Amino acid sequence: MLITVAGVKKEVKDDLTVAQLVIDEKVETPQYVTVTINDEFVESRDFKNTVLKDGDTVEFLYFMGGGQ
Amino acid sequence: MAFTNEQIERYSRHIILKEVGAKGQKKLLNASVLIIGAGGLGAPAAMYLAAAGVGTIGIADADEVDLSNLQRQIIHATKDVGKAKVLSAKETIEEMNPDVTVNTYRTFVTSENIMDLIKDYDFIIDGTDNFPAKFLINDACVMAKKPFSHAGIIRFQGQLMTYVPGEGPCYRCVFKNPPPKDAVPTCKQAGVIGAMGGVIGSLQAMEAVKYILGVGQLLTGYLLTYDALKMEFRKVKLPTKTDDCEVCGANPTITELIDYEQAECDGVGL
Ligand SMILES: [Zn+2]
Repeated sequence: MLITVAGVKKEVKDDLTVAQLVIDEKVETPQYVTVTINDEFVESRDFKNTVLKDGDTVEFLYFMGGGQ
Repeated sequence: MAFTNEQIERYSRHIILKEVGAKGQKKLLNASVLIIGAGGLGAPAAMYLAAAGVGTIGIADADEVDLSNLQRQIIHATKDVGKAKVLSAKETIEEMNPDVTVNTYRTFVTSENIMDLIKDYDFIIDGTDNFPAKFLINDACVMAKKPFSHAGIIRFQGQLMTYVPGEGPCYRCVFKNPPPKDAVPTCKQAGVIGAMGGVIGSLQAMEAVKYILGVGQLLTGYLLTYDALKMEFRKVKLPTKTDDCEVCGANPTITELIDYEQAECDGVGL
C-alpha cells in the first residue's frame, strides 16, 4: 500500500503499525515524537495498535528545545 | 501622531507597501512585542522588529553575554562579553532606531513573574532554549489570551508555530508535556548552526509584524519545519480537534502555571 510520510510517498507493507513505522523511519527519541495521521493526533500508547491504511498521511513532529 | 520627515524616509520601504502604508507603520509604532530570551532567536527577532519601528520592545533574559554566544547572537558584540544580555540588546536597538522604547527585564520567566511580564504586550516571542520555559510561555499566553510565536532550533533544523487565542492549537496541544530532563538533546549538547537563529528568529519577527498589521495568513494551525541540509521548508498541518488539550481545551486541567524542572540548557549562557 501507499502512504505519505513527512511529505514523501512510500510503498509499505500492509498492516504496518505506527510503532513499526517509527522504527523503519529511524525516528530520533521515538518515545517523545508527536505523530499525526490524516491531521489527527495518535497517542504514543496507541502506536503499537494503530495500523496504517492505504492512502494515510503521517507526520512526525519533533521536540525542538533550542533557541538561545 | 504625525510622522517626522525623518520617519517618512526611514520607513519609506514600508510605507510604499500596500499592506503597510502610513496606517500600518503607525500600527507598528504603537505596538509592543515582548521577546523572551535575547539569544539565537531573540537577537534577530528584536533587531528586525526594532528596525521596523515596533514602538515598544520588551526583552527578558537573566543571562550575561558569553563568548560562545557570539557565533549566532548577532545583537551582542565582542565588547559585550560579560554584560547583561538585556542591556547589550537595548544598546544595540537604541543605536539602530531611536523611535523604539526598550524595556528590559533581567530575569528568567517563572510562574511567579510571567503573567506580569506579558500583560502589557500585544505579541510575545518565545526565544528561550528550554522546554520548561516553552511550556510556561505557552500556558501563560493561553491563560492571558495573548498571541505568541513558538520556535525551536537545533543542529541544522528549526521549527515555528504561531498561537492566536481561539484560532488553532497551542504548543501543548501538539507536544503535551515537556520531555524529561536530557531526554531530548539541547543546543549546548548538540550544537546549532548560527544562521539558523537568523532564519527562524526573523520568521518570528515576520509573524509579529503580520499580526500587528493584520495582514496575510499567520502560522496558526501549522508547524513550519526547516531542514537546512536538505534546504527544505515544510508547512505541516496540525490537527484541528484539540478540545482535549490540558490547557486550551474545553475542560482544562491545567489552571495554574507550572515550573517544570529546569533542563540542562538553561541558565548557562546558551
Ligand atoms: Zn492546547
